[in-house]
Amino acid sequence: MAEPRKVSFKINGAVREGTTEPRKLLVDFIRDDLGLTGTHIGCEHGICGACTILFNGEAARSCLMLAVQADGAEITTVEGLAAPDGTLHPLQQAFWEHHALQCGFCTPGMLMAACDLLRVNPSPTEEEIRTGLSAVLCRCTGYQGIVDAVKAAADRMRSSN
Amino acid sequence: MAATQKWVGQPLKRTEDPRLLVGDGVFIADQLFPNLHHAAILRSPHAHARIRSIDASAALRLPGVVGIVTGQDAAKMTRPFAVGVRAPVKYYCMAVDKVRFVGEPVAVVVATNRYLAEDALDLIQVDYEPLSAVVDPERALAADAPLLHEEVGSNLACHRHIVYGDPDAAFADAEVVISERFVFPKYGSTPIETYGVVASFDRTSDVLTIHANFMGPFILHPITARALNLPENKLRLVVPPDIGGSFGIKTGIFPYMSLVGLAAMKTGVTVKWIEDRREHLLASSSGTDRIAYRELAARRDGTILAMRTRWYDNVGGYIRTPEPGCSFRPIGNWFGAYRFQHLEADANVVMTNKSLTGPNRGYACGHLYFEIERMVDLLAEKIGMDPAEVRRRNFIQPGEFPYRTPSGGLYDSGDYPAAFEKALELADYAGLRRSQEQARADGRLFGVGLAVAVDPSVSNMGYITVALDPEIRGRPGYLPKSGALEAATVKVDPLGRIIGVLGSAPQGQGHRTVVAQIIADELGIAPDDITIVDEMDTFTRVWGISSGTYSSRFGSVGTSAAALAARRLRDKLVRFASYLMEVPPESVVWSEGGAHHANNGQVLTLKDLAGRAHWDVESIPPGMEAGLEATAVFAFPEAKAPDLQDRVNSSNTYGFIAEVMAVEIDPDTAAIKILKYVTVHDAGEIINPAIVEGQIYGGALHGLGGALYEELAYDEQGQALAGSFMDYLVPTAHEAVKIDIAHVVSPSPFTTLGAKGLGESSSMTVPAVLANAVTDALKPLGVHIRELPITPSRLWHLMESARSKR
Repeated sequence: MAEPRKVSFKINGAVREGTTEPRKLLVDFIRDDLGLTGTHIGCEHGICGACTILFNGEAARSCLMLAVQADGAEITTVEGLAAPDGTLHPLQQAFWEHHALQCGFCTPGMLMAACDLLRVNPSPTEEEIRTGLSAVLCRCTGYQGIVDAVKAAADRMRSSN
Repeated sequence: MAATQKWVGQPLKRTEDPRLLVGDGVFIADQLFPNLHHAAILRSPHAHARIRSIDASAALRLPGVVGIVTGQDAAKMTRPFAVGVRAPVKYYCMAVDKVRFVGEPVAVVVATNRYLAEDALDLIQVDYEPLSAVVDPERALAADAPLLHEEVGSNLACHRHIVYGDPDAAFADAEVVISERFVFPKYGSTPIETYGVVASFDRTSDVLTIHANFMGPFILHPITARALNLPENKLRLVVPPDIGGSFGIKTGIFPYMSLVGLAAMKTGVTVKWIEDRREHLLASSSGTDRIAYRELAARRDGTILAMRTRWYDNVGGYIRTPEPGCSFRPIGNWFGAYRFQHLEADANVVMTNKSLTGPNRGYACGHLYFEIERMVDLLAEKIGMDPAEVRRRNFIQPGEFPYRTPSGGLYDSGDYPAAFEKALELADYAGLRRSQEQARADGRLFGVGLAVAVDPSVSNMGYITVALDPEIRGRPGYLPKSGALEAATVKVDPLGRIIGVLGSAPQGQGHRTVVAQIIADELGIAPDDITIVDEMDTFTRVWGISSGTYSSRFGSVGTSAAALAARRLRDKLVRFASYLMEVPPESVVWSEGGAHHANNGQVLTLKDLAGRAHWDVESIPPGMEAGLEATAVFAFPEAKAPDLQDRVNSSNTYGFIAEVMAVEIDPDTAAIKILKYVTVHDAGEIINPAIVEGQIYGGALHGLGGALYEELAYDEQGQALAGSFMDYLVPTAHEAVKIDIAHVVSPSPFTTLGAKGLGESSSMTVPAVLANAVTDALKPLGVHIRELPITPSRLWHLMESARSKR
């Protein structure tokens, strides 16, 4: 077994440090070492997207990365989406209003993927939303509420900018 | 005293959501426990093999490993699970002498972390003697087929031949007879959260506590306890605050509750096991694959007279409770939405070297309606009648409810023609047929499909005993099985706030929101003043063997219990208030959260009454029990045991679904494009329309996945071919369709609020409506869909072979 290594990165605005085996997955480090259990694990092979985070601003699957690869990075997880005063992010608010979640297990990954989508394309069409979110699987909603929510959040975010 | 409905019927935003949206949900993998260790499971690479020996010594020496469990421990410390059939199948929580499917647990390592536990798996040496395997349920019944269970003597786990009415006479009288063979695939709803179990054994009290994302039925609690040689009151089963989807699939977790419980009992530490996706696809649960032969007898005017059916349900390596529900769950609605009176059913439940099965959204109804609705379309084609007209001529009529089916189902309410016509109208059926005419003239492949279904909810636990021959059920001393119940408690705190306690185990259905709506109306308060607790715990909740969140139960039985409990509490509050006001109870009216004197305007609010009851117990009238709380156990009166003619009301409320789908098929690539999809539901009174719509969307996509993409495929040697989401294709947002939804409301006379279940909804109709639409589109080529999933390659080959014959 390789020697443990130090890793340090900024997550949801705060610098966190730890020591980890080089083989440890980033998602396990985030959940088990940092206690941020909002990021979920659904397949561990990069298909379901439940573990999606923002890694240096871009959507990434934290089950396909090692914790040591995150050294020096800036990460946002679902816990970092709402404002410090607790005000929900427009996407979170829209998900609530459009019944875009049922069990809520895919929701963190879906929200982070939607963040990235709206960063790249602030005015997506319905078709573009469906394509943009096709890397996160949901088995409860049939996706319609999610698509509606992302559209509504995009409108709200554009009008408030 | 009827409550005013201010909240019931509203699309209230869910109280569950904010926690889940900010990452504060508490799923099984998120929960913290002291002295926690982690399990990894070694699984069989063989479909069928004898285990000669297991050498775990090297694994045990690995630092961090605290214990290993093998089949020898299971044989010593546990018993086989009870099964619902007479065949003496020995199903333990892990392989004991043989493995019977790829992925079957062979050894469990318990270590200080999961990485180490998985390392240790590589060090375990298992000496297997491979045996030949069989995966086809018909082939498995051949005399020379490999035998899975020597003590059973054949691979047939259960066989029942059941006749209602006089099908032979009906077939003899028929002007038209149609026969067809259907193949329904093995698929599962693959919740994004996999199975998870945490077990710890308290050696001072001998209590084994199991936390698991289990959703019922709670009959599986006593079955698990017995397998672990524990008295039922020494097995505490706790469900976490959040479950990440199930759709029936998490019923299949109970063998792992037993396995991880065994590991905790053997090692003395708290053991956590979180299934990975590969394990889930290899060895969790799915619906059965089924081969079915169906015959239909009819008159030329489209009247269906009778059906005959023989099927082979493939339950995999062991029959696991609640199977053979795959064959019998819909027994009361085996006749679908139609009035015919004669049916012969030959049910064969077969064990093969595939993974095990159980409830999967729509449990057995996807199979049933795929067969029935395809047959109705075949009849329409044969007699040259519009398929809509054939259905119209056979519907049970609105005046006939409650309607007793020949197989014992008691359809509580409905207006099938109204719902069906609404679907046709919403889809502009006549317009679609005109478009089709034009499309065909242009050489395009455009099809319109129809399907209807009676949507059963709240299983009567008694149905499963139809698996036993009536001769056995008729013996003196036989203890019949029946029932469907749910409990709820509503209590008032000292300041007049309400807490509702449920025994349900929701997986995203929004029970907290829905029950708050119901209690708010019953007590005339706001949902925000109500806290709802689910988090089922067998030590503290009121429950029965039928408890749980499955078979679309909550909308019928859970809501009934919650409303009844709230009414009981309200009655007590009124009696208490009348005593304090010194007037008879009839002079007190409950409204707006308080007791109102009918004449003098005096009001005692909920807060007033709560304060008196909690702080001044002396103020409670003589003869009234102290304490402001009420528990209701709601049980359906018509959930009776099967009779000796195999008639049983297998569910307790029966909704209705009518669907229209239009598709166009690419003549070159065989790609199917869904142009229109309309679904009309009758689920009685609707409590939260947003949640209902979400269930319909979700159910429809499960049906679509099973019909088009998903299959737990195996090769002839029993090797699993879909071990990852690369091979098992789950529909994404891109494949999902937009749905036109409408409702018809026929309140159930059997539930407190008139509501029916709707959780399984269109999962049971989409395979049928899609197969009918695709067949209709391919009419110019003469292609019939008899087998699912309709993958592009399968469809392309069907089209090519039809073209080459022309």
